[in-house]
Amino acid sequence: MIRDKVLVKCIVNGKEVAEYVDPRESLLDMLRNRLGLTSVKKGCEVGECGACTVIIDGETVDSCIYLAVWAEGKNIRTLEGLEKNGDLTRIQEAFIEEGAIQCGFCTPGFVMSATVLLERGEVLTREAIKKHMSGNLCRCTGYQNIVNAVEKVMKENAAENEGA
Amino acid sequence: MVGKSIPRVDAYEKVTGRAKFTDDLILDRCLVAKILHSTIGNGIVTSIDTSEAEALPGVVKVVTFQDVPDHCYPTPGHPWSVEPAHQDIADRNILTGRIRYYGDDIAAVVAEDEVTASRALKLIKVEYEEYPVEIHPRKSMYGSNPPIHFDKKDNVLARSNFFIGDVDKGLEESETVVKRSYKTPIVQHCHIENPISFAYMEKGRVVVVTSTQIPHIVRRVIGQALGIPWGRVRVIKPYIGGGFGNKQDVLYEPLNAFLTMQVGGRPVKLDISREETFRNTRTRHSIEYDLTAGVDKDGRLVAKEMNAYSNQGAYASHGHAIAANGLTAWRLQYACPNIRGEAYTIYTNSPTAGAMRAYGIPQAAFAIECFMDDIAKEIHMDPLEFRKKNLIHGYYEDAYLKPIAANTNGIFECLEKGAEYIHWDEKRKEYADQTGDIRRGVGVSVFSYKTGVWPISLEIAGCRLSLNQDGSVQMQIGATEIGQGADTVFSQMAAETLHMDVENIHIVTVQDTDVTPFDTGAYASRQSFVTGTAVKQCAELLYDKILAYAKTLLPEQETRELSMDHGWIYAGDEEAISLEAVAQEAYYSLSNSSVLTAEVSTQVKKNTLASGCCFAEVEVDMKLGTIKILHIINVHDSGKLLNPQLAEMQVHGGMSMGMGYGISEQIVLDEKTGRMLNGNLLDYKLMTALDTPDIKADFVELDDPEGPYGNKALGEPPAIPGAPAIRNAVLHATGVAFNENPLTPQKLIDGFKKAGLI
Repeated sequence: MIRDKVLVKCIVNGKEVAEYVDPRESLLDMLRNRLGLTSVKKGCEVGECGACTVIIDGETVDSCIYLAVWAEGKNIRTLEGLEKNGDLTRIQEAFIEEGAIQCGFCTPGFVMSATVLLERGEVLTREAIKKHMSGNLCRCTGYQNIVNAVEKVMKENAAENEGA
Repeated sequence: MVGKSIPRVDAYEKVTGRAKFTDDLILDRCLVAKILHSTIGNGIVTSIDTSEAEALPGVVKVVTFQDVPDHCYPTPGHPWSVEPAHQDIADRNILTGRIRYYGDDIAAVVAEDEVTASRALKLIKVEYEEYPVEIHPRKSMYGSNPPIHFDKKDNVLARSNFFIGDVDKGLEESETVVKRSYKTPIVQHCHIENPISFAYMEKGRVVVVTSTQIPHIVRRVIGQALGIPWGRVRVIKPYIGGGFGNKQDVLYEPLNAFLTMQVGGRPVKLDISREETFRNTRTRHSIEYDLTAGVDKDGRLVAKEMNAYSNQGAYASHGHAIAANGLTAWRLQYACPNIRGEAYTIYTNSPTAGAMRAYGIPQAAFAIECFMDDIAKEIHMDPLEFRKKNLIHGYYEDAYLKPIAANTNGIFECLEKGAEYIHWDEKRKEYADQTGDIRRGVGVSVFSYKTGVWPISLEIAGCRLSLNQDGSVQMQIGATEIGQGADTVFSQMAAETLHMDVENIHIVTVQDTDVTPFDTGAYASRQSFVTGTAVKQCAELLYDKILAYAKTLLPEQETRELSMDHGWIYAGDEEAISLEAVAQEAYYSLSNSSVLTAEVSTQVKKNTLASGCCFAEVEVDMKLGTIKILHIINVHDSGKLLNPQLAEMQVHGGMSMGMGYGISEQIVLDEKTGRMLNGNLLDYKLMTALDTPDIKADFVELDDPEGPYGNKALGEPPAIPGAPAIRNAVLHATGVAFNENPLTPQKLIDGFKKAGLI
């Protein structure tokens, strides 16, 4: 039996993508298996751990519980889309500076969640940052330095905006 | 270089998502295997019919317990012992028809894709004969018919005990005798990457790529499980997404190796689900403790006794080593002339328990440190004062296992730092005798922890260094980076001893048993101590070789002492030749070329005790039964810090686990079937960012004479003292002694009701 595939057209990391996917397929599987975007990690496949977090039209989404076919017409960003020819974004640098990385498996999801938060341009309390990041689980860091990294960049951005 | 907070050597790869983990290396371009798990908790398979599954299009192979090699094998990540009496218990097959826990592995399907494999599982028909299920060790230890393993009639896997002095006499002579019982829950590691492997065959050998802490041990166990020569097995370990001891066990690698051999060596991936990770890999043992102690009129410990009952679950895994480690802890750190200890490890129909960060000590420390507070309360003494009165100053050693000793001991300085941070004296007074719905308290706990496993097991490590043409150094080690920062500190160590910039040390992060020097892997907080010793020796060897070769190039400097520093060879204090020039000659000289390399395989017969403490301040809502952790600090005596930032990161992560152990984490099993009821990341409550207060890590740095760079254990210890410190803070806040963790709202409400507080 040859199962019908469905054509999905979307933007991934700024590029147009057209893929025939299995209608049962998750966006996570499409991104990893068809597009080779292996920063998108699989930790639970039921939307509990946040390792597969990607940005869809400006919102963070667990791509494991998002069907690939729903991506039609959407703008999707993964960690691979942040770095430009080796130059890191400020939040990526801050993750390194603040020691927010250990095993690195949850890191891509955290960076994507932080990216959305920072792009909103709000200045939040530590408690509010923690709340925003609480959909991403990490077992290595105790979250302390992850929150420090986000807070640091948020303050930098605020200072820059004030200066401008 | 050692002692500096340089960024992780793998930080860039990880923050860009380029670091390749096991699944990233194969994706869906292989066959997929799925496992059929039992739907009973104890019994036997009376019939199994795989014909419908085999007929499903896309199914390549179905195997059952009847097809696997009949080789019982051990799984724990211990060094093998050549003495049969010290070998790990071999009590499992790759698949089984004798079901010992709910979810046991009966059969496996290999299919073209995941959906087909899952559908095929549902087509396998199994009939069982069921036996009664027993998940409690203190009931199981009276035996069952049939026993869980036929050679252990009473279901007791092992028992051990020790005596120092005369406990009965000591208790008789004591002013006050206190008896209490404590219990710790089953919890799990919750590394974010599930165990995963893929296997294929190459030139008649089986290759397994796997997320493991112990590649060289996995190789041996696959050989044992399949009954094939160990040299025919190759294990590769890429980046791994956390381990915490679960991957210090051989999990499904033997099955994966077996499956590829069943399909002609085609690549087969075995990617288990989060739910399987919870139920079918390993957990931390639940242990029940009965403790007795007598103190004199000054509050000094005169005699103490521990009886421990450890729930092993269905298979031996690390077995009695966990409970036995707790017995050792009972002898250490506190001065007491008369000590007795006895521990049982008991098979039950629970999921299998194994190694988890700090190897039996989080359990023992919970019991011991709650007990210390309970004794202090009984004799109306401040619990910090009670500890200071009874903790040993300076050097101490284990009475039984030599040379385990506190060669440096910073516990009093740790307590001083912690007490100051938490404002102990003020808050003990301020929070005494509270009433009302919201109450606060402060608590403390201490621990000591071994560095590595000597003399209980072998300690061996390997390192290989070679000088590149540009004067940089290539480094290979058998020890594994699992997130803790091993690659970074090993690079720093080599740079330190070779007097080079750390940028010029190129460490190979992947372990491959075909090429990687032998090392037993990441566990027991051993690597910076044991592998660190090998790295230092190897670097010293290469340093000497470089200078000896340089000497042949510098005949005019014959009389002067040569040294090396940051890319230059010095004669006396003059630059004589660049390291790059030496390296070029070594590679390409037509008269005397010999690439400069060094390799060591080092046995370490040392063990030094690290220690530390936790102070916590909590706020308890008496009506909701919730605990808010306001402030928490761990202070560690782990010798000299190799990389202060990485050290702090280790402590943060351990503290997070300790808090979860204290207030929220527990696996719940159904009493009748043994089925796990909350084996997922939603119902199993590990700490989220929102649950976590700001956490503080601090250190007391003593230069340990046994550590290669003055260092001692730090990987696991941070996870130890949090839970009892929180429990003791709740005791201070409310006067209610909770003797079982985690302190969930249900337990608190029940306890407060019983105490008449609400």
